[in-house]
Amino acid sequence: MSEIDLQVKLGNLTLKNPVLLASGTVGYGNEISQFTDLSKIGAIITKSVSLKPRKGNPPQRIVETASGMLNAIGLANVGLEVFVKEKIPFLKEIQSTIICNIAASSIEEYVECTKVLDHEDEIKGFEINVSCPNVKEGGLEFGNNLTAVGKITEKVRAVTNKPIIIKLSPNVARISEFAKVAKDEGADAVSAINTLVGTAFDIWTGKPKIYNVTGGLSGPAIKPVALAKVLEISRNVDIPIIGVGGIMNWKDAVEFMIAGATAIQIGTVNFINPQAGIEIIEGLKNYCKQKEITSLAEIIASYKLPS
Amino acid sequence: MINEKIIVQSLEKLQPNIYLMKAKAPVIASQVKPSQFCNIKVSDNDFPLLRRPFSVCDVQGDSIFFMFDVHGEGTRILSEKMIGDEIEVLGPLGNGFNYNKKFNKALIIAGGLGVAPFPFLTKVLIDKVEIVSLIGGRNKNYVVKYGLKNVSVATDDGSEGYKGTVLDLLEANKESLIDDGTIIFSCGPTPMLKALQKFAEQNNVECQLSTECAMACGFGICQGCPVHSSTEDKYLLVCKDGPVFDSKEIVL
Ligand SMILES: Cc1cc2nc3c(=O)[nH]c(=O)nc-3n(C[C@H](O)[C@H](O)[C@H](O)COP(=O)(O)OP(=O)(O)OC[C@H]3O[C@@H](n4cnc5c(N)ncnc54)[C@H](O)[C@@H]3O)c2cc1C
Ligand SMILES: Cc1cc2nc3c(=O)[nH]c(=O)nc-3n(C[C@H](O)[C@H](O)[C@H](O)COP(=O)(O)O)c2cc1C
Ligand code: FES
Repeated sequence: MSEIDLQVKLGNLTLKNPVLLASGTVGYGNEISQFTDLSKIGAIITKSVSLKPRKGNPPQRIVETASGMLNAIGLANVGLEVFVKEKIPFLKEIQSTIICNIAASSIEEYVECTKVLDHEDEIKGFEINVSCPNVKEGGLEFGNNLTAVGKITEKVRAVTNKPIIIKLSPNVARISEFAKVAKDEGADAVSAINTLVGTAFDIWTGKPKIYNVTGGLSGPAIKPVALAKVLEISRNVDIPIIGVGGIMNWKDAVEFMIAGATAIQIGTVNFINPQAGIEIIEGLKNYCKQKEITSLAEIIASYKLPS
Repeated sequence: MINEKIIVQSLEKLQPNIYLMKAKAPVIASQVKPSQFCNIKVSDNDFPLLRRPFSVCDVQGDSIFFMFDVHGEGTRILSEKMIGDEIEVLGPLGNGFNYNKKFNKALIIAGGLGVAPFPFLTKVLIDKVEIVSLIGGRNKNYVVKYGLKNVSVATDDGSEGYKGTVLDLLEANKESLIDDGTIIFSCGPTPMLKALQKFAEQNNVECQLSTECAMACGFGICQGCPVHSSTEDKYLLVCKDGPVFDSKEIVL
C-alpha cells in the first residue's frame, strides 16, 4: 500500500498532519523542543498573546482533579512586542507551521494584534481565543455572546487574508450557533473546546484551591464533553473543526475525527508526555494501515448514528 | 534534560513514613546538580494524571536517589515500587544551588522533607568548605540525617534535639554559626523559608532558597508555578527560573 497521507486542509491552510499542539500548553516552543522534534508536528499554536504583556494570576494557579486539572494562569504572556522580537525568531527555526493564538479584552485589541502579526511571514494563521475562562475582561464575556463572537470574527477577517480559527467556549448552551456565526463572518475553522469552568476546595480550610477561585478544567475528564461539542458542530455547521479536549493518545484522536474533527489539538498531555504529539502521528498512520485507508479524510465525520 | 526510563534498584524505609529510592539513571546522573529536580510519572496509566516533582537527593555513579514521604496517591504508588520496575522521569530540571563562588562555610537549613537535596550538596561540597546542617521536623519520626554532615536537630515536640523550630535553633546560635564567608542553603516549607528570608536580611548573610510550588509540566510550558519577583513587577517560574532563588530575588 502507498504511504499514508495524513495531510489535512483547514480553509486554505494545508497541514502535513492533523496533530496540533494547543495554545498555552507549549509556550512558544523553546522549552518543549528539548524533548521532542517539533518539525514533525502538524502545527504549533502559541500561548495566547495580548497587545500588552500580562503578568497572570497569583499562585496557586493549578490543581489536579480526578483525571484532569484546573488552571487559572490568567493569560500570562510576554505581550505582542516581545513576542515579535524574541519569540518569533525561535519559532522560525523549528520548521513547523506556526499558528498564533490571540487574546484580547476589546475588539480593537484583537484587530490591532492581528494587523501587526499579519506582517510576520512565519505566522501561517490565527487562532482567536474568545473563550478564556480566567480573565476578568474579554475571555468568556465574549465567548458566550453570539454578537461579540460575530463582530470579532468580522473585524479580524477584514485585516488579514491568513486563515482564521475561532476557539470556542464549551461554557455555552448551543456551541453550534457560535460555530455558525464564525463561519458566516468568514472564519476558516473553529477549535472546540477551550476549558470548562470548574473549581475545587480544601475541605480543612474551606478555601478554594485556586487563587482565582475558578479555573479551566482540562485533561481526560473533559473528553466526552469535547466530543459531544464537536459532534454538535459537525451535525449543524459546515466548517472544519479542530477537536481539542482530553486527548491523550491516537485512539482519542481517531475518536474526535470520527465525531467530525478535521484536525486535533493536544494540550494537557504535553505536560505529562512531551512526545505525545509524535506518538499520536505514528498511531494515526498505523490505524490507517489497519483500516486499509489511504487518507484520513475517510474517517472525518464518519460517525454512524441511529437513524 | 531527558525523559529517561529509570530502573528501581532499591527502596529503603528511613523512617516510618519516609523512603529512599535508588534507581539506575545514567543520563540524569551524569547531568544533575544539587537541588535540581525530576518530574516523575509515578504510574504507567493516566492516574494520577500529572507527574510529581522530586529533588534528586543523591548521586552514586550511574544511580540517582529520591527521598520522599507518603502523603497522597502519587507518593503512595512510588512507595510500592519493586526492584526492577521502570519509571519515566523527566530531568534534570530547574537550576540548582550556586556554589561556584568564594565562601568557606555552607550552612544548611532544612525543614521536614526539605532535607532531600542536601545529601548531594554535601557530597559535592565536602572537600571544599565547612558544612554545618540544621534540620527540623515535627517529631523524631520526621528527622532524616541520611547523607548529611555536622547535624543539629530541632523538633517541634522536643522528641529529638532542640525543642522548637529550626529557625529558633538558628536564632539561638547565630553568633557561632554565621561569619563573613557563610552561605545559607535552605529548603523546606514556605513559612520556614519566609522566616529565613527575614533572618538573612537582618543578619546580612547570603541565602539561597530551594522553593516549592504545585507544578504541571516542570519545564516551563504551563506557567503553573509562579513566584513573585522582588525586583520587578512580574512572576518568575519555580520550575524554570528556580527552584533555587537568592532570598533577595523573590517575594514569598
Ligand atoms: C521542585 C520540587 C521538589 C520536590 N522535592 C521533593 C522531595 O525531594 N521529596 C518529597 O517528598 N517531596 C518533594 N516535593 C513535593 C512533592 O512533589 C509532593 O509531595 C508530591 O507531588 C505529592 O504527591 P502526592 O500525589 O503524594 O500528593 P497529593 O497531595 O495527593 O498531590 C496532589 C497534587 O498536588 C501537588 N502537590 C501537592 N503538594 C505539593 C507540594 N508541596 N509541592 C508541589 N506540588 C504539590 C501534586 O503534584 C499533585 O498534583 C517537591 C516539590 C517540588 C515542586
Ligand atoms: C495550563 C493551560 C493553559 C492554557 N492556556 C491557554 C491559552 O493561553 N489560550 C487558549 O486559547 N487556550 C489555553 N488553554 C486551553 C487549551 O489550549 C485546551 O483548549 C484545553 O486545555 C483542552 O485541551 P486538553 O484537555 O488537551 O488540555 C490552556 C490550557 C491549560 C491546561
Ligand atoms: S510547572 Fe509548568 S511552567 Fe512550571
